[in-house]
Amino acid sequence: MPNMSLKKVKMPEQDPNIRNKNFLEVALGYTEEMAKEEAQRCLQCKHRPCVSGCPVNVQIPEFIKLVAEGKFEEAYKKIYETNSLPAICGRVCPQESQCEKFCVRAKKGESVGIGRLERFVADWYMANCESKPEKVEKLNKKVAIIGSGPAGLTCAGDLAKMGYDVTIFEAFHTPGGVLMYGIPEFRLPKALVQKEIENVRKLGVEIKTNMVIGKVLSIEELMEEEGFEAVFIGSGAGLPSFMGIEGENLNGVYSANEFLTRINLMKAYKFPETDTPVKVGRNVAVVGGGNVAMDAARSAKRLGAENVYIVYRRSEAEMPARLEEIHHAKEEGIIFKLLNNPTRILGTEDGWVKGIECVEMELGEPDASGRRRPIAKEGSEFVLDVETVIIAIGQTPNPLITSSTPGLDSHRWGGIIADEETGATSKPGVFAGGDAVTGAATVILAMGAGKKAAKAIDEYLKNK
Amino acid sequence: MFKIVRKEVLNSSVKLMEIEAPYVARKAEPGQFIILRIDENGERIPLTIADQDRQRGTVTIIFQEVGKTTKQLGQLNEGDYLLDFVGPLGKASHLEGYRKVAVIGGGLGSAIAYPQAKKLHALGAEVHVITGFRNKDLIILEKEMKEVSDRLVVATDDGSNGNKGFVTDMLKKLIEEGNKYDLVIAIGPLIMMKMVSKLTKEYGIKTLVSMNPVMIDGTGMCGGCRLTVGGKTKFACVDGPDFDGHEVDFDEAIRRQQMYKNEERQALEAHECRLEGIRNA
Repeated sequence: MPNMSLKKVKMPEQDPNIRNKNFLEVALGYTEEMAKEEAQRCLQCKHRPCVSGCPVNVQIPEFIKLVAEGKFEEAYKKIYETNSLPAICGRVCPQESQCEKFCVRAKKGESVGIGRLERFVADWYMANCESKPEKVEKLNKKVAIIGSGPAGLTCAGDLAKMGYDVTIFEAFHTPGGVLMYGIPEFRLPKALVQKEIENVRKLGVEIKTNMVIGKVLSIEELMEEEGFEAVFIGSGAGLPSFMGIEGENLNGVYSANEFLTRINLMKAYKFPETDTPVKVGRNVAVVGGGNVAMDAARSAKRLGAENVYIVYRRSEAEMPARLEEIHHAKEEGIIFKLLNNPTRILGTEDGWVKGIECVEMELGEPDASGRRRPIAKEGSEFVLDVETVIIAIGQTPNPLITSSTPGLDSHRWGGIIADEETGATSKPGVFAGGDAVTGAATVILAMGAGKKAAKAIDEYLKNK
Repeated sequence: MFKIVRKEVLNSSVKLMEIEAPYVARKAEPGQFIILRIDENGERIPLTIADQDRQRGTVTIIFQEVGKTTKQLGQLNEGDYLLDFVGPLGKASHLEGYRKVAVIGGGLGSAIAYPQAKKLHALGAEVHVITGFRNKDLIILEKEMKEVSDRLVVATDDGSNGNKGFVTDMLKKLIEEGNKYDLVIAIGPLIMMKMVSKLTKEYGIKTLVSMNPVMIDGTGMCGGCRLTVGGKTKFACVDGPDFDGHEVDFDEAIRRQQMYKNEERQALEAHECRLEGIRNA
């Protein structure tokens, strides 16, 4: 008999006023009892609408049934068949716009907590089991993967499971891409990311760090001299965008990339125990309305800022951030300045930020993105007194690879042109996926692209 | 891990290290840089490549001990390892097609100017090198510079080597003696590059400067190294590090260099305290 409660079993969280002073994980995860109780809310629909909402086709009703039966190890194996990074997806996927959106239970009440269950299963497995990958027959064919973020790791894992010799080239000193430098510890603990990467290594994948492809080796050299028969580019969306307003080069203005990389990858929150510093004023303005803006704002709060503002030019309804992130940010005391657009950043005489001038906005007709276009209200300018400004308005793909690879076509905005189903690019044997193709998107979409590309690379190499 | 195969002390605060990094050595060109990290808690610091030996698979760096990381680096010895060493980053300098070039290095900047002089010399250009130091004890690479230049002028701020003045004074003198340079390369402290650029602008001589601001990744990702060149924002790591000296907003760059001054001092003091503790133990 299913559990007919209209609400998800609540997941324990750190209290907002305690967690906004530490970098420990916000959500604490289900206990075994909670997981079983939540799993029993699943109706085991025959037509499985949830699965169609998952970019990597996790066998959702099947794994949830196993959880309900208390078969957690089997549940993990079921997820792992199609998803090589379950502990990560359980935490950072926007389930509300994917699997959970299609859940029949969501028609009346809350959907099944698919993400929470996935997270529980992955954590349970990590705590209780040792992953031993099955031996696969080697095909003796080498594939190179550029970038060790979600797209690259997924593609590498899938190809290794098929028997390919896979080498990942990572530019940073630590693998993980955005999972390491972008998403904060309190949302995605780094030790957990490294464990998931360890699992990919156990499949036989070699990861070479400190290798900037396009500089130290070109894609052509990988293919012609280093013996790689196919290449997957999952190098992410690297270049931070700025607004082009006055004062953006003042001291105290950060791109969200820089701010978060200092904190997450370089562990600046432990300075001077670690050597990389970060500057956070008493008052901080974060410009933007996506998940990255929420991450930056919540990190600034944790580093001791008293007032942290989210400055966003549209209204909350148009914010691209996940509902949960907005909710968490508000709970932690982040101040939302909606329908406000920065017009310039004001500086002291010696070049430090002292304020950000904004203008009030109102929403007009929908624009090309379908969202209502914000229009400035003339004469409504005002100044927020802040010492730190963090720009989180997006990023574009890094040109290092496209500019060093003849025959690899890209869009004018920088994204690599790749087939949506296969990831095939204009250059034979070269595939691409994730933010390098789409521009900044989500972890799970990148994983989906890595997965499709792995399948396409397998087909390409079999027919070569 | 990257092995230190050679270490030399060039003056009281400047050291040279040859690092085993075959992939980097294979591609490195003058003007490019590397980023290194000493250990797990270390910061990533950019250093310009001073030389490379493709056969031996090594890259030479020359650094001045100014902050915590460079002091810690200076305490390492031959046979020790660096945790991370990535490169070559940035664009290589375009040195082809010049007939007569003045290469100027200020202090540690002469270490970065050396590969440029060497390459220009190899390309057949007439190379005049001017290097400047605070005093004669700080002079580095005099012999090496002599080998790759047609004329070498070494100046000291205090005149202790018998040639008192700033590099700008020396350059002005050479220009007024009738030397017609079609390029000036200036590498050193920001204020020196600013002054050289100001001077060459008066004479209308094309001038390249090498910018080395604070950065994290060195691949364009963080934007921390941004500077204004010709009114536009550029990233030193991917658009540079060489820029037209007449277009760079040096005052802004000097200001941005101050961003972490307090933290740098704090890190250095903590480091020296620990060392003191070890010595006294």
